[in-house]
Amino acid sequence: MSSWTDKRPMSPHMQVWKWHLTMAGSILHRMTGMANYVGAFVVVAWLFATAAGPDLYEPLAGLIDTIWGQLILFGFTLSISYHLLNGVRHLFLDAGNGFAPKFASLTAGVVFVLAVALAVAIWLLAGLVPGVDPLNLAGAASVGAAQ
Amino acid sequence: MSKPQQSIRTPLGQVRGLGSAKHGVGHFVSQRVSAIALVVLVPWFLITLINAVRGGYDGALAYLSEPLNAVLVLLAVGAALYHMRLGMQVVIEDYIAKNGTKIALLILNTFICITLFAAAAYAVLKIAIS
Repeated sequence: MSSWTDKRPMSPHMQVWKWHLTMAGSILHRMTGMANYVGAFVVVAWLFATAAGPDLYEPLAGLIDTIWGQLILFGFTLSISYHLLNGVRHLFLDAGNGFAPKFASLTAGVVFVLAVALAVAIWLLAGLVPGVDPLNLAGAASVGAAQ
Repeated sequence: MSKPQQSIRTPLGQVRGLGSAKHGVGHFVSQRVSAIALVVLVPWFLITLINAVRGGYDGALAYLSEPLNAVLVLLAVGAALYHMRLGMQVVIEDYIAKNGTKIALLILNTFICITLFAAAAYAVLKIAIS
């Protein structure tokens, strides 16, 4: 270290750095970004299956309807909501705001909590949790089908 | 206090301008611009998509037949694929040191994102223009 003369900051060395909320948040941003990359395959597959017809759409919908499919879909929802909310935080950071250590840790923590809350709220409001349908979407759909 | 403002860039970097990737800040800016678009497009896509999926295959078909939906879905998917290609590019550049592997993965990343976009564009346009 004594021969290190470069004045520019070094990137965190994960083995020796103490974990901080900001660091965890930054790493999770990358991980969720990569998870969303995988999720994009599912979205495009859904679009393609819709264009191809029921022969492809129904098996895909059946696959997503299994317990594993639902778990992956909820994970994707979590990943999207975290990456979206933390992405907005990063836009403010990129503009040079919110770098005071305490405040940066606070916003990182707030994003963690909000991301989980948002994902859970989406599933509850969308009626994706069995037996929970606060907006009565199932009732509206059956009325629509009867017409 | 007549010292010039300290820059984080090396003197050589300031002379050469565009850095080792020869793109300057272009990649950084593109990533942020697509992010701003996605802040609007992704929530819209999530809400309308969940609503459409409730109606099964017919609901999905009706959803993509709407001209406005078709355009916005293509914008959302296009911006997302563009954004994730840029993001994965940085991840590959950061973690893959071996040059041959790095270049191969960067090309693969580009091919994957463009192929996904071609599939999405075909699907949406086929439904919307029929």
